[in-house]
Amino acid sequence: MIKVSDINKTFHVPQEVRALVNVSTDITAGEVVVVCGPSGSGKSTFLRCLNRLEKADSGHIWIDGIDVLDPKTNINKLRAEVGMVFQSFNLFPHKTVRENITLAQKVVRKRSNADCQEKADLLLKKVGIHDKSNAYPDNLSGGQQQRVAIARALAMDPKVMLFDEPTSALDPEMIGEVLDVMKTLAREGMTMVVVTHEMGFAREVADRVIFMDEGAIVEVGTPEHFFTNPTHNRTKLFLSQIL
Amino acid sequence: MENLPKSRLTNKPPHYNLWVGVFVVMVGIFVGLFYIATQKISYNWRWNRVPIYFAYKDTVEVTATAEGEVESIAKDGKQAVITVKDADQSESYTVPADAVVVDQNEVISYGDVLARFSKWKPGLLIIGLWLTLKLSVIATILGIIIGIAGGLARLSSNPAAKWTTVVYVELIRGSPLLVQILIWYFVIGTVVNDLLAYYGIGRISAFWYGVASLACFAGAYVTEIVRAGIQSIHKGQTEAARSLGMSYAQSMRHIIMPQALRRILPPLAGQFISLIKDSSLLGIIAIRELTKAAREIVTTTLQPFEIFLMCALLYLVLTFTLSMFVQNLEKRMATS
Repeated sequence: MIKVSDINKTFHVPQEVRALVNVSTDITAGEVVVVCGPSGSGKSTFLRCLNRLEKADSGHIWIDGIDVLDPKTNINKLRAEVGMVFQSFNLFPHKTVRENITLAQKVVRKRSNADCQEKADLLLKKVGIHDKSNAYPDNLSGGQQQRVAIARALAMDPKVMLFDEPTSALDPEMIGEVLDVMKTLAREGMTMVVVTHEMGFAREVADRVIFMDEGAIVEVGTPEHFFTNPTHNRTKLFLSQIL
Repeated sequence: MENLPKSRLTNKPPHYNLWVGVFVVMVGIFVGLFYIATQKISYNWRWNRVPIYFAYKDTVEVTATAEGEVESIAKDGKQAVITVKDADQSESYTVPADAVVVDQNEVISYGDVLARFSKWKPGLLIIGLWLTLKLSVIATILGIIIGIAGGLARLSSNPAAKWTTVVYVELIRGSPLLVQILIWYFVIGTVVNDLLAYYGIGRISAFWYGVASLACFAGAYVTEIVRAGIQSIHKGQTEAARSLGMSYAQSMRHIIMPQALRRILPPLAGQFISLIKDSSLLGIIAIRELTKAAREIVTTTLQPFEIFLMCALLYLVLTFTLSMFVQNLEKRMATS
């Protein structure tokens, strides 16, 4: 489903930082991959390169056979297939919850209004906030906002979902409700790449854990391997710090 | 709580009413002193002469353009049709029924009065006000279009678009509007109208050069306002929109612009209030807007006090209406 081969990314502003160094990995359809690592390790950059919110300097990325970095690729068409959920939700504050979910269906997928509404109803029920469908995002709690953001991404019927620290901006009591939605998605067979510090989620749901440090992939393995028997010292140090 | 003075509960400062009184008295003293001062220099206030510059009754005379005999006067309700017939042709005039001053079969010659009636006409101040309003509305609409296009171009990564906008904004903001108006009319206007004459096309009137100068001037400021508005929207909004597959244009139209517009409404209103006031400079290129009209009236009546005060008041009506309209718009946007 996703094939990443030798991508590199260097930021020049404010100072020169090598954010990604020769990153390669394969993610198969239906797989749930958790990417973790200390802050500044390049995990968010890696995720953002997958749908070209950041453009990798070199290397190749294919999603469902489409070359992401090829300038001839219709990037908007590709992004419609790749849902993304942000740390800070990024809901559209001037649109109601329902409009947040229907807008892109209308203007990108060109669906009829009836289809958009039907999809919105279905997803709002799925993420459990159907009663707030006419509220504005500012009137929702963080957990509710993030669930709307997930519904908004799912409305496009994506083949892959990218989660960029979806629970990091939430109050502790709201993390569970968001993780529950993500677990449901994982069970339904969605291909997911999740950048998170929620090790419980990784242990329970992930098929594979990728540990990154200083822009490179240090260790890859099953949760069992990763948590009980890590091979690299960097991984051991990281786990000792967060567990 | 009941024992607290009322002023504490309503957040009013102590002796609220006293200070309201002080304000009213101060305004009264100011106006009174001004009036006394004008009496001292023996200015003769004649407010009764002002209304005719809003509207006046004009006597209209319908005169004959043919020579001959009044063939018929056909009255039909409030209208009457006078037909004058000469040797080989006849002319008809439609006038109000009670205005007719000729009789049937009366022999008339060129220029004879057939009917005389009075009619309300707008005064010079109203004509000027209307022109100012027209100028301002057209220039505002053009200014918004220029400003949005400019703001987007200013943020574009294309150097041609970006640098053009930078040069435009710096040039316009760096030179006096009065000079710009003169350039628009006497330099650009001369070139354009001479070229148009060369190719045998009609000329463009001073009005349009005036509109262009104001729109161009406001457009530069609106460009900067729009740019700041777009930049004030968190980049996560663009990322969210783009990650859903929206194009740059779609995300601008549906996500960024609606939010930015709401945010820039107050500075935009300020800009267009300025534009209304700046239109008073257009008298210099012989556009008879409100200020020019007022100056013309003063030249004939020698009543500068009443006329210029009235002129200022009329500008205030325009700007205050705009400001109220925008405040209303803001409130409605805030609730949606």
